[in-house]
Parts: sequence; structure tokens; C-alpha cells
Amino acid sequence: MNFETIIGLEVHAELKTKTKAFCSCINEFGGEVNTNCCPVCMGYPGALPVLNKKLVEYAVRAGLALNCEISLFSKTDRKNYFYPDLPKAFQISQYDIPLCKNGSLKIEVDGKEKVIGITRIHIEEDAGKMLHGTESEDYSLVDFNRSGVPLIEIVSEPDLRSPLEARLYLEKLKGILEYLEISDCKMQEGSLRCDANISVRPVGQKEFGVKTEIKNMNSLKALQRALEYEEERHKRILTEGGTIVQETRRWDEAKGITVSMRTKGQADDYRYFPEPDLVPIVLEKEWIESIRKDLPELPDEKRKRFVKEYGIPEYDASILTLTKELSNFFEACAKGHKNPKAVSNWVMGEVLRVMKEKDIELKELNIKPQSLGRLIDLVDEGVLSNTGAKQVFEEMYKTGEEPEVLVDRLGLRQISDEGAIIELVKKVLEENQKSVEDYKKGKTNALGYLVGQCMKASKGKANPQLINKILKDLLS
Amino acid sequence: MVEKNELLKMASIAKLKMTEEEAETIVKKFNVVLGTASLFNELDLEDVEPSYNINSVTNVMREDIPKESFEREIMLANAPEKLYGCIKVSKIIE
Repeated sequence: MNFETIIGLEVHAELKTKTKAFCSCINEFGGEVNTNCCPVCMGYPGALPVLNKKLVEYAVRAGLALNCEISLFSKTDRKNYFYPDLPKAFQISQYDIPLCKNGSLKIEVDGKEKVIGITRIHIEEDAGKMLHGTESEDYSLVDFNRSGVPLIEIVSEPDLRSPLEARLYLEKLKGILEYLEISDCKMQEGSLRCDANISVRPVGQKEFGVKTEIKNMNSLKALQRALEYEEERHKRILTEGGTIVQETRRWDEAKGITVSMRTKGQADDYRYFPEPDLVPIVLEKEWIESIRKDLPELPDEKRKRFVKEYGIPEYDASILTLTKELSNFFEACAKGHKNPKAVSNWVMGEVLRVMKEKDIELKELNIKPQSLGRLIDLVDEGVLSNTGAKQVFEEMYKTGEEPEVLVDRLGLRQISDEGAIIELVKKVLEENQKSVEDYKKGKTNALGYLVGQCMKASKGKANPQLINKILKDLLS
Repeated sequence: MVEKNELLKMASIAKLKMTEEEAETIVKKFNVVLGTASLFNELDLEDVEPSYNINSVTNVMREDIPKESFEREIMLANAPEKLYGCIKVSKIIE
């Protein structure tokens, strides 16, 4: 039987406001436990929340960038549940009137553009953090520094049709939030979190199959892997005539499987009701328009501009604009450079390779964009071979030294002086009379051998293109 | 009107301890309140905007400016148990 996969994502992004959502405590990651706390964010009786204006502004910014309708009237609601990381025993969230709704985001799948619907974006507060000890310890500890940190929850329509599409959507969404400078979007640190709903149905069937929700994916790759696993699990169960249980499952990264989470026995009943301690949020159109006007250049626009301005292929531009950091690095390097395509090749090739291999971020890479530009110049001017340039690059990111210095220190400067190379080639030809004769008899591969001998004689420093040219001249 | 079982379920979600006997009494009182509240259903509210907040104030917001948080010792002073600067709770496993 052929199946179709249906996926929808719920993404939580912590906003990088200076203060928390409803109190003036500092919003920071990794502070000393329970030091960014006050009676509001620790849920003391009688404490009253006051909404952070910046939170509304950031959420509207996200809504506009994701083509949403912005609600001129919205309100907050209480979502009630008991958990030790939620000191008030309710989370301030939004229920029936989210701040933003009916948006969309474009992704590119196999070269084709696909529009993914965004159901809603609402504002809410984060919970505290549970610290679990070893298995033998019979307690957990709670740190409330994160309690009350502002979040937006972005809910997609069930428009995604494969784990790859889900990954592309999240990657694009993450990029946009970074461009907007409203969230750090670090999946490892939990400032960007993603839950996925997945179901499969026989091709042609109208109704959705039973869905499962999966949690605990800490990277884009983990999201795709978890969904691939879950997709196969659903298909297998259905093919064997079984039924899918609607439940929440946790992705186990180490084992590469999803595991059923213990359910509380009772269906979730959050008993939402309007938050009586906060007043409605009423927005003016002019204010929304002023935020729209200040939106930065977003990935799609930047991609088109890169193609136009730097003459690089569409594919290159789409990779280079995925993150704001990378696009800025490319542009700082390509601006005014004679060879933007080479810059693009270097950034997409060596730069991304090293970042991936070392698992580091661009800013941890010890290379200034201008230095990379000059490294490329050295290749274009024939001072360095491509292989030599890669060696210089290796040293550059380790030491932060300039390419001109490293070329000489590593002894990689190519001999591009024509006179010197002619002398060298003549000498090699004298020593290899047999190959010369072979070549003249029509054995063209003898030329390759001679090039090799010349390179050897120059200890690898001669410019191979030049050797080739001179050899052919002398042999003709 | 609400049944006793429904009431017990709500009590359990709200983490309220309630015996069967208490539930018997409370369900009666509860239904008196519900009965009174159901009088609203007789009103014609066709063209009335829902009221989410009883006063007409909107947009009470503050600027995003940090203020000093409380001392940890003060914040944790009432915690029944604490350890390493955290509140200690029963082990939670998901």
C-alpha cells in the first residue's frame, strides 16, 4: 500500500528581550540558578504581571515576516496544569485570539517552491527548568531563571508531506527569526524548540490518519531523523493491520528511536480562561505599519539580490542566505571582490566544511571575510595553487594569521616567473628525452608525466598552468 | 447540571482532595450556582461583544528595562526543601 505522510510543526522560540515577559527580571541563558527571579516569575500570591511591550513588538515582527494577519484586538489566557516548573500552576498564554494568524512561509523542495501555511503565532511565557540528578537520587531540582521568559509559539498547518520538508521548513523559519533578531534560535540550548505532529494515510484517502506528537529533537537533523523513524513506524503498523495509538512520544537521539511518554492517565484539560490580571492588547494599524517598515531584508529578498548583484547561481544564493551570519560573511567578502563566484565556492565549500567538522559557529572561526577575499586574490593572481590555498586556509582559521604571511611561512608561493619556469622545463626535457620522443610520436599521456616531473623539480611550487603552457610551446 | 463523577474528575485535575460524602454535598451546592448562572442563557446577547475584562482599560505595558531581581535567599526562604540554590521537589520522570 502507498502512504502519504502528513506533518505539522509547533515551534517555540524564546525571544531575546532584555527582561522577562511579565516582570523586569533579566532574561538571560545560563545565569547562576534562581538569581533572575522575583515574586511575579516565581508565582508568589498577590504578585501582578505587567506585559513587556517588546514582547508584543517582537511577536508582531515575526507575524509580519511570516505574512500573518495581525489581530488588532487580542488577549491573554491562563492555561492551567500542575508541574513543578510552573509555580503559578498556570501558564500565561493565548487561547482563542492569538496575536497573529493565517500566515505562510515558502520553502523550496526539489527546486520547486512550496507554500506552507502558518495557522497562528501566539505569545506566552516559558516555564522554569527541571534539573534531574542521577538515577539513585530521589529528587529533582528547579531553577526558575527561565520562568517567565517570553516565547512565541508558531503553529504550522499540516501542509508538510515529508520529514525533509519539515526540516526545510524549520531551517527557513529559524533563518527568518534570526534575520529578525528576535531570537537566538539555538536548538541545543533550547531557545528554539520544535514539536512535530505526524500521521500517515493511504494515498487517495481524504481523512487524516491517527497522529502522534514527537518531542525532544535538539537539532534540524534530529527533527528529520525522528520524523523518518516515526513515519516508518506508522507505515509498518498500518501495513501489518494494526492501529496507531494517539500519544506523545519522545525522540531518543542516542538510540535513534521514539519512545512512548508516560501519559498522565487523563486527557489534557487545561481549562483555559481569560487572564484576569492582564488587560486586552489593542494595536493600532499605524504602529503595525511602522514595524513593517522597519523589517530587515529577509532571506528570500536577499537571495534574489545576491543572484542579481553578485551573479552567483540561485542554488549558491539559497545556501548563502540560510543564516544571517553566513550571508553577512559572504557579502563582506564578495563586496568589491573581482571574483564573487570564487567567494561563494569558498564559503559554501571550505568555510561550511570546517564549521561542520569542528561543530563551530561562524564567529568562532578565526577568519575575517576580508582575509578570505585576499586568499582568493592570491589564487587568482597565480601566487597560490588551489591545493596550496586550502593549506593556507587550514592555518588561517587556526591561527587567525593573514594569508600573505602564511603563503611564505608555509613555503607555498608558486613560481609564476615565466623565465624561471622556462629554465626549469628545459632542464626536465633534457633529462627525459625518451618521454619527449614518445610525446612527439603521439603518446599524449607523456605530457602528463613531464608536467609531473617539472612539478617535482620545482618542489611543487611552480604554477602548473604555466608549466603546461610552456611545455606545449617547447615541444611544438 | 453537573454529575458527581464529573465533579470528582475536576477536583482531581485541580489537585483537590474530596471524599465521596463531600462530593455529594458540593455537587448540590454547585448545581445551585450553575442554575443561577444559567439565567444568563435567557438573555438575548446576539449583538453584544464578548467582554473579556471587566474594566475598559487596555494596553497596560512596561518598557523592556531590567530591574534588580530579588536575593535568592529571600526567594527561597519559604521553600519546604532546597538544595544547591534550587527548590527541591519529588523526582519527576517523563
